[in-house]
This record gives sequence, structure tokens and C-alpha cells, in this order.
Amino acid sequence: MHRLEEIWMTISIGILVIFMLVIGYQTFALGMGPPSNMDTIDPQNVEATEPFDEPGVKEIGENEYEAVIIMQQFGFQPSTIEVPAGAKVNFTLTSKDVTHGFQVVNTNINAMVMPGHIQRISHTFDEPGDYLVVCNEYCGAGHQAMSTTIIVK
Amino acid sequence: MAQTLKTTIKEGAKRALGVNPQDAKISLSYFTVAFVSLLIGGLFGLLQGLERAGLIQLPHWLDYYSILTAHGLLLLVVFTATFTIGYQFANLSHSLGGLLPKVRKMAWIGFGLMLIGTVMSATMVLLGKASVLYTFYPPMAAHPIFYFGLVLIVLGIWSSCFGVFTNYRHWRKNHPGQTAPLLAYFAMGVFILWFFASLGVTIEVFMIIPWVLGWVETINVMISRTLFWWFGHTLVNIWYLVATSAWYVIVPKILGVNHFNEKLIRLVVILIVILNIPGGFHHQIIDSAISIPIKFLHVFMSLSIAVPSLMTAYAMFRVLEKAGRKNGGTGLLGWFKKLPWGDVRFLAPMIAMIGFIPGGAGGIVNTSNQLNQVVHNTMWVVGHFHVTVGVSVVLTFFGICYWMIPHLAGRQLTPQMNKIGVIQTIVWTVGMTIMAGSMHIAGLFGDPRRTSDTSYGGHEAALNWLNFEIIFGVGATILLIGVLIQVYAVFNMMFFAPKGHTEFPVATAAPGAPKAPMWTERWGLWAVLLLAVVAMAYVVPIVDMIWNAPPGSPPFKMY
Repeated sequence: MHRLEEIWMTISIGILVIFMLVIGYQTFALGMGPPSNMDTIDPQNVEATEPFDEPGVKEIGENEYEAVIIMQQFGFQPSTIEVPAGAKVNFTLTSKDVTHGFQVVNTNINAMVMPGHIQRISHTFDEPGDYLVVCNEYCGAGHQAMSTTIIVK
Repeated sequence: MAQTLKTTIKEGAKRALGVNPQDAKISLSYFTVAFVSLLIGGLFGLLQGLERAGLIQLPHWLDYYSILTAHGLLLLVVFTATFTIGYQFANLSHSLGGLLPKVRKMAWIGFGLMLIGTVMSATMVLLGKASVLYTFYPPMAAHPIFYFGLVLIVLGIWSSCFGVFTNYRHWRKNHPGQTAPLLAYFAMGVFILWFFASLGVTIEVFMIIPWVLGWVETINVMISRTLFWWFGHTLVNIWYLVATSAWYVIVPKILGVNHFNEKLIRLVVILIVILNIPGGFHHQIIDSAISIPIKFLHVFMSLSIAVPSLMTAYAMFRVLEKAGRKNGGTGLLGWFKKLPWGDVRFLAPMIAMIGFIPGGAGGIVNTSNQLNQVVHNTMWVVGHFHVTVGVSVVLTFFGICYWMIPHLAGRQLTPQMNKIGVIQTIVWTVGMTIMAGSMHIAGLFGDPRRTSDTSYGGHEAALNWLNFEIIFGVGATILLIGVLIQVYAVFNMMFFAPKGHTEFPVATAAPGAPKAPMWTERWGLWAVLLLAVVAMAYVVPIVDMIWNAPPGSPPFKMY
């Protein structure tokens, strides 16, 4: 190894290590890790299984809500969601058919939703507005029409 | 003694003849398929760009998603694979003194299988019976013939893999105590990686086939996804390793300098081969059914792939600086101006290397756990791989064409063709900068990928994306012009350029440089280490996915 090369590699590997430390701290200490829920469900029996037998928004605590959503070709059940501004919303998601993606534009909500698996992701909506929700994983001929809104009042 | 004498005579004969015509025919046939695929796949790319921009509306018998699937299949699989195989066989033939007759046979069998497989799969896609995109995630199901075609394509690639292994071993046996020529060493790395990468997708396809035929009722969605990405991301790094071989071994010769320290080059190859496969997991960072600690381990494994690339960055800049100073460049950066910018054989791979700076940095972003959550499945990712594949890999491939094709065809690279090549490189760079740049920005605003239309009923958040999408369309149009120029250049050099001799530029070691250590030749050990890393990465999550599997999913037919 050349002296300069040692310096270069030390700096660049050092940057990668710092990077790992930062994202590791965010993931484990601040709880900002990616959505990774481990629960499973029978994909051919979604509507008979709790909590998906009653899709919709429920208040579960002080300014905290659970939004249970079923995704299917090419829409969402329920078709719209309303929550008050400043509320924390815990989304509980699954798919009845193929793989879908759950993305809320202008937030960091982004999760893959596979049939047979229950995915969870949370977000606090501080700003009121109509948030656009799109499916961001190709799911068939009507994929581009698969969207809904979250109304934050 | 007798052995060395025989080799000397053989090498002398080869120099006199230049190219072995039978070997050249193999490479040129593969290149032909590669550039026909590029032409068709590139045209589809333009149609997608125009549809996204809202300028055209494709008819329903040729809808956006079937075009998108074909674009992915033809460019990501067929173009890259056929180009790589053609290039690697030419390298082997050149550096090992010709291919063995049985290896030639394997190369032709592979060629036939790939061609039949491509026609089968592509036909199903264009008939609208396999609009499942490049990733074909179950439980979406395409027509069975689509999967049979994929099997044949993989078998074709394997046939070439074993051809390369056979030829290399034969050379090793006859040259005890010698390290293989660098280009052959790279070829070995590429095909070992290819073989092990394709195991994942092969298992997946063999899970899918009985399921799609109705012999099995359901499929495990998570396992099939995971096995796909075992292959999907490794494939990307296979192209990158191919491009790297040209950067390390070909470019210095064009610049008139020696290649970098051979031990380091071999170490880079070994690292890329061993570390690569677990990188696939960063495509699943926001999936369910993989725990956060496992994902974090994979973030570490993915980031480690950056290390050999950083070594490459250093090595290449050293080589470039040496060449620039040799040409009279002075001062801290004066050497940069003294590089042969007017020579397409240098310009194209040079822009490819520069492109890898943003490309590699974007890759580090994509693999970083919660950063991935921000960009996953947005246009940012599409922008990213149009920089890495579309610039770093493809421009290197294009640059290789300008000397390799006339060399193999026994023709000349004329100054006019060099000028066309320079123009092509500039057109390509401009087109890709416009398109990939706007894709990155649109992705940060949340513009989703893999969708034909993002108007979403006129929602205001979606209206912001439209201007960027028009810019994608402009970029795509410029790129298609680039494709047309390149395809014209390739076939002109193959069939019409004036007869003559074009040099095969292979850099040599610096005088007095230490010989590469023999331990680098222990491919069996590298394969074992590769499998150990794969086991470290995959055993826990896959066992978990089998053990805690939900009831499976039936096929949802897309036809």
C-alpha cells in the first residue's frame, strides 16, 4: 500500500463507519428504523381476521389513532381517512392479493405491503391538509389509479 | 522448456494472425444480439418517457407495463449479458491464446439457449401475457412460457460460465506457478459471481413454475422476493465488475501507461466477488417479515461493497494523473487537461468513471436503512440506476465497442468513426444528465416509479411532478438518438469499415513491479468464502421466513 492510498482508504472507510454509527443510533436509540412488522395473516381470509374485519380509523389513546387499511387491486378499504391535526396515526396494513406499496406523499411513510404479512408504520400529522396516498409497487393494469387521501383537519 | 517453447511459438503465431476467426465469430454474434436488444429496449424506453410526460398514450394492446417489462428484460438482462459474454470470450481468447474447441461449443450452445429464451419471454411480454416487470414478484403470475424463457436464458448464461471455467482451468494446468493474465482473472470473477448470483433466481423460478401451472396451490411471497434480490442486485455488480476490468486493464494502455499494482487489482476482484450477494437485501429495507437488527446487519454488508469501489477510485485517479503528467501536465490539476479527451476509447470510459461518483454515492444513500424509506420505489431510484447502469456501465461498454469490434472484424477504427463516437458519448452524457438528474429530484418530491400516469385525479402534490416528467421525456428523446448513433457505429464497424488492423489495448505491469501473489488464484477458496458470506446473510432470515410463514398466496394472473 502506498502512503497516500492508506490515507484515502482510512478516510473513506472512516466515513462509512461514521455513517453506520449515525443511522444505527437513529434506528435503535431514536426508534426510527424502517417498517419491519413480523405478524402474519392468511391472505385468502383477510376480512375475517382481526383487526381487518373492521377496516377504518379508531381512537386508541390521547391524540393517538389506529388506521386499519386493506389494500387490494386497485384501491384501499376504507377509501378515505380523516384524522385531527397533531394526531399520531399507527397504520396497520395488509394486502388481499398482490404486493402493494403504501406511500404518503410529503411524509416519510413508505412501506411494502405483502399478502400474508401485516405491516405497521406510524406518523404524526402536524400540518393539516389533504395528503395523497399512492400505491408505489406495481400491482397490475390499474396500478396508476390506486390512490386515496388522508384528510388532516 | 519444451512447454515454454510451444507457448512462445503459439503466441508468435497468434500475433501474426491477430485474431482467431472462430473466436471472433462468437463474440461478434453475441454483440449483434446485444445491440439489437439495445435498439428495441431503447425504443421502449423512449415510449415510456413520452407516456409518463403525457405526450402520448400507448394503445391497450401494447400498454405501458408490457413495454416497461420488455425494457427491463431486454436491457437489464439480455443486453448486459450478451455484451458481457461477447467481451469476456474475446478477452479470454486474446489473453489465453485462443479458446478450446469444446469451450467454443459451449459458447454456441449458450448463445442458442439465450436467443430462444429471449424470444420466448419477450414474445409473452409483448403479447401482454407477462406484464410483471423485471422483478416479477409473486403472487403476480405471468404466462408459464415467460418463465420457461427465463430458465433458458439462465441455462445459456451457465453454459458460458462453464466454458470460461473450463478454459481457465486448462490454462492453469499448462502454466503451473504462473498467475493468469488480468483480463482472464476478471472474467473468472465475473462468471463465478454470475453463477452463484443466478442460483437464487433459479430456485425462485423453480418455485414459480409448478405454482403457475397449478400443480401447487400457493407460494411463499417473502421467500420468492428474497431469492429474487439475491440475484437482482448482484447482477448489477456483475456489470460493474465487467466495466471495472476495462478501467483497470484497458484504459491505462490507451493512455500509454502501465496498469496499477496487480495485487490491489486482484484484491478488488476478490472483494467484489465475496461481498456482493447480500447487497440484495437493501431492496427489502421497508419489507415486513425481516427484523430491524437483521436489516441493520445487511446495511453493514451492503456498505462494505463500497470499499473495493473506493480502492478503484484511488487507483484510477493515480493512473490518470500519471498519464496526464507524462503528456506534460503540470501543477496540482493541470494533468487533467492533458488526457486524450478526443479519443473515444478513453472518453467514454472516463465519463463512465466520473458518472460512478454520483452513482456510487446514490447507492450508499439507497442502502442506508431509513434513508431508503424516503426514496424507496420513487423516481429517485430510477434516476440512480440510470446513472450507474446507464452511464458507468453502458458508456464503458460503448467505449469498448470502438476498438474491440473493429479488432475482431479485422477492420480499422477510422478517425471519422472516432469522431462519431465522441459525438455519441456527448449526446449520451447530455441525455442521461437531463433524464437522471430530473428523476432524482422528482423522486425526492415523492414521484412514484413504475406507473404509467401520475395525475392522481389532479391532486396538487402530483401536479408538481409533471414538469419533471416532461424533462424525463426530453432526456429519453436525446438518449434514443444516442442509441441510434451507437447501433449505427457498431454495425458499421462490424461490416463496412475499411479492412485493416485495430489494436487490442492491454496494459502491462510497470517494469520492476512485484509479481501478483499466487494465493490470489485460489478460486475454490473465494467461492467458499462467498458462500460463507451468503450463509451469514441469508440463513437466519430465510429460515425465519419458512418457519413463520403465513398461508401462501395463489397466483393472480396478469393475462
